[in-house]
Amino acid sequence: MSILVDENTKLVVQGVTGREGQFHTLRNKAYGTNVVAGVTPGKAGQDVDGIPVFNTVRDAVEATGANTSMIFVPPRFATDAIYESLDAGIDLTITITEGIPAHDMMRVYTHLKRSDQRLLGPNCPGAISPGKATVGIMPTDVFTPGRVGIVSRSGTLTYQISKEIGDMGIGQSTVVGIGGDPIVGSSFIDVLGMFEADPDTDLVVMVGEIGGDEEEKAGAFIAENMKTPVVGYIAGFQAPPGKQMGHAGAIITGSSGTAQGKKDALEALGVKVGTNPTEVAEIVRDTLG
Amino acid sequence: MDLFEYQGKQLFAKYGLAVPSGEVAETPEQAKTAAEAIGGTVVVKAQVQVGGRGKAGGIKLAKDPDEAYAEADNILGMDIKGHVVKRLWIESASDIKKEYYASVTFDRSAKKPLVMLSAMGGMDIEAVAEEHPEALARLHVDPLTGFQQHHARWLIYHANIDEPAQKGVLDALMKAYEAFIGLEATLIEINPLIWTADDRVVALDAKVSIDNNALFRHPELAELQESLTDDPQERMAHERGVTYVKLDGDVGIMGNGAGIVMSSLDVVALAGGTPANFLDAGGGSNAEAVATALEVLLSDPKVKSLMINIFGGITRCDEVAEGLLTALDTLGATLPIVVRLDGTAAEAGRAIIAERAPANVVVEPTMLSAAKRAVELAKEAS
Repeated sequence: MSILVDENTKLVVQGVTGREGQFHTLRNKAYGTNVVAGVTPGKAGQDVDGIPVFNTVRDAVEATGANTSMIFVPPRFATDAIYESLDAGIDLTITITEGIPAHDMMRVYTHLKRSDQRLLGPNCPGAISPGKATVGIMPTDVFTPGRVGIVSRSGTLTYQISKEIGDMGIGQSTVVGIGGDPIVGSSFIDVLGMFEADPDTDLVVMVGEIGGDEEEKAGAFIAENMKTPVVGYIAGFQAPPGKQMGHAGAIITGSSGTAQGKKDALEALGVKVGTNPTEVAEIVRDTLG
Repeated sequence: MDLFEYQGKQLFAKYGLAVPSGEVAETPEQAKTAAEAIGGTVVVKAQVQVGGRGKAGGIKLAKDPDEAYAEADNILGMDIKGHVVKRLWIESASDIKKEYYASVTFDRSAKKPLVMLSAMGGMDIEAVAEEHPEALARLHVDPLTGFQQHHARWLIYHANIDEPAQKGVLDALMKAYEAFIGLEATLIEINPLIWTADDRVVALDAKVSIDNNALFRHPELAELQESLTDDPQERMAHERGVTYVKLDGDVGIMGNGAGIVMSSLDVVALAGGTPANFLDAGGGSNAEAVATALEVLLSDPKVKSLMINIFGGITRCDEVAEGLLTALDTLGATLPIVVRLDGTAAEAGRAIIAERAPANVVVEPTMLSAAKRAVELAKEAS
């Protein structure tokens, strides 16, 4: 097994005729992902390398039974694209778009949580279950089929860590980029829960970074709910605290949000945390034995 | 994007939130003219984005225009925690009966707006939150239905706002939330929000942060960005669309993707060095992006060595290597540059550098070894 994307994925791509959208759609298809449709308003009837294009997501779902959507629409139109995907009943919406306003995402998130649909991103690289399917912009040759799950807020760091464990002969069940924005549709906890339920995932690597308190919340979830071992990594020990104005932010989060605070919180809950990507790979290897 | 107090107050006024009348001044003469126009006692306030302005001597009362001139002359050019005062806000002095605290913020953890109100304003609100948590009323707002008057009333009763000020505070909260939504702010903080001797409620300070991602919908706010940074590298990076933050060290760092750049900063520190900056050339870095990034890095005189850390995904390392050589040709940099390439076309990229790069460019196989080398070279150079 694997999580989120696999041989049952039927993908519709919103923004399929744009330069980036087309490029990555064809890469995903070449990897073996079942890409059933594309959507670009006004371009129904066209096709992208044999993939039929529809005017709306609803039309695409009715004609093809698509269950997963990937969004490649520019930021000023992406919020509408997410709502369109959710309203068309898509189970999993993967939003690659970077730069969606926070106020839009507060409303999207509130709407999303009133259903049982899932959203990955925005500002995420997508998800890949090596050997089965990839949805997004990840470089597929970095990954090999295996039994380690990875969930990450950062794209390039995920590739780095995947390659380091790959060099040790360890592959991945599914690799999930949840996105780097302050509000993303799926949290570490959401994805950790799915990995815990996946019989083919033996260990999970969680790649976090400064800001927010999702890593701390994940630490508590791991301690209470997970039997699958989790290895952590946090980026940003040297990152500037930011020219933060006012204190309202500090009141809410207390000392959490810093890399050290996150590392300490995770370690206190029994999660091993590597200090650099190479050390993370070594801990993974040693834990799997 | 964090605004100056005067910018925040000017925006508050547009939303009907009461602020003292005031004017911007950049010279003592302008301060005097402003004080004459405002009339009566004025406050001369340094416009810097750092707390503790008052204690540092950056806020002074002036009874007449001549005093305003003298205080302005004194405060302009003052260094407040590393921020040089270039601009003043001259405003009418207020007769304060009591100081409250009010804020609307984007609560990242709850993913909703959070409105907070306290009758213990004017002081360090973090200390109030810690020592008297009951004195700080907090309420999350459903972003789909918005902030209603009953929310404001709940906050007012729970914060024990004085009865004569309640109506004014309610009005201020409603308008602060309207500004939060209208400006697509991530923070609207008013500390203090004052109750005046004549029973008005007035915002005496303004901290406003705007979501950079929303600036495309607010061209009038995007224009303000120009006034916010004095740093030449940050300005250059901003103009060219590169994500750059200046730090104190001497090892310049660039990479493709925020995560790998943050991680690079960390390994440079682990190797005993100090990062000079954060520079993310973007996940899809091409030759042009590398050249632009390099130009920004090399313009910082503090940088003694560079670490370039690329993980090729969609980015091809051979293209990055070509871009680097072209950029070095044009820019003629002589400082030591350590390059680490991994992922797509990494071997081709390394070969290009080994064969054709000038002697100051060296290749290292891993992130850790690249960081160590860059740190050593920076030490040798200083």
